[in-house]
Amino acid sequence: MTSTVEEAFSVRPIDPHLRQQLLILFLGTSALDSNVIGWTRYDGTGLSRPTMGDSDEPPYATGLDALMDGWRLIQMSQLLPHQPGHEYDVSYLPYEFVFERLVEVSA
Amino acid sequence: MTALVDRKHLMGSVEMAHFVSHGSFALEAVVPDSMNQRAIEVLDAGIPGYPYGTPLDEAFPTGTFVRELLDLPPVAGALQSLVGPGPVIDHHAVHIRPPRGGEAQNMHGDAILDTRTDAFDVQLMYYPRDVTLEQGGTLSVPGTHLRRINQTGIGRYQNLAGQTRLVCPAGTVVFLHHGIWHGGRRNDSDVPRYMFKIRFNPTVRQLRLWNTDDIDDPAVLKELTARFGWTSANEGRLELVNRAKLWRTLTGDQLFDIDNYLTREQLRPQFVAPGATDVRLGSSRSGAGWNL
Repeated sequence: MTSTVEEAFSVRPIDPHLRQQLLILFLGTSALDSNVIGWTRYDGTGLSRPTMGDSDEPPYATGLDALMDGWRLIQMSQLLPHQPGHEYDVSYLPYEFVFERLVEVSA
Repeated sequence: MTALVDRKHLMGSVEMAHFVSHGSFALEAVVPDSMNQRAIEVLDAGIPGYPYGTPLDEAFPTGTFVRELLDLPPVAGALQSLVGPGPVIDHHAVHIRPPRGGEAQNMHGDAILDTRTDAFDVQLMYYPRDVTLEQGGTLSVPGTHLRRINQTGIGRYQNLAGQTRLVCPAGTVVFLHHGIWHGGRRNDSDVPRYMFKIRFNPTVRQLRLWNTDDIDDPAVLKELTARFGWTSANEGRLELVNRAKLWRTLTGDQLFDIDNYLTREQLRPQFVAPGATDVRLGSSRSGAGWNL
């Protein structure tokens, strides 16, 4: 007996009291312990609304500091080779590290 | 604006180098109070649009408020220094952010990814009222203008080290390179925030348009090598290379360099030294075939 996709995906999760907070750090190099040069936050609890230009000081000095404060690293950017002839091109920030933590919300 | 601006009102080389590294040039409180008072009524009434590429004289003829703004000597001097005489209007817009209103924009670059390296547009931003931190003035990130991104592709960047949250007195005019990363912040104050913007396209080659009398001032190189929080590590040297390339374009000096990066890259001598080894020595026979 199968259910519809809508029914299957409306099942109550086993952890309905948890929400994800995301911290994205842009670091100076590909090393986790290099300096934070950019930072972004998304609050899955809905209790706050981080937004562009909301702070001039980074929440952590390095990516490692975030790890030591309990954030879990879930992704770091790949190191991609430079295309010949485009070695000096500059574009999006290359060293992106995505962290998460799960926090309690009231039911 | 078709008439050339007196040389004494043009930007100097140090100021132009500042624009090349920062992507902006600000004239604080350059507009007289009497004009700032009139500006609100003008901006509230709106300013009609024009097709892309409309000559400045046609879009803003003598006698209009905007023309009066553009004819202020420091404003006219900066504009001529950056895009030359006779620029055309790309587009313009009045932005009024209501009190306690609106969401912050995501960080972005205007228009789309712009591939030009030998020309640039400038955006004039005029603030007729004081802009406080609470009012959420324009945020821009110095030094990002040479990075090739497509509009809101950078929307994920909420804050970058070294960013500038604009705070300025009434009557401030800021010129921005078209590529700079920026966004309008949320207005958390009880007063509306006013900003009038015009984007200009050059109609001449952007070569030595400013007053170059101070071209050999050591402060030029100091400006060109300015570092910002977000350039503090691996990204910094690539920025220096790209600034050197832009300075070459603006000055016509194809030998200009910063820290020898471009010069070293060109060192590929083709002359074979007299003492070079016989070309046959060290050659391998394996190319002749398997097991030969």
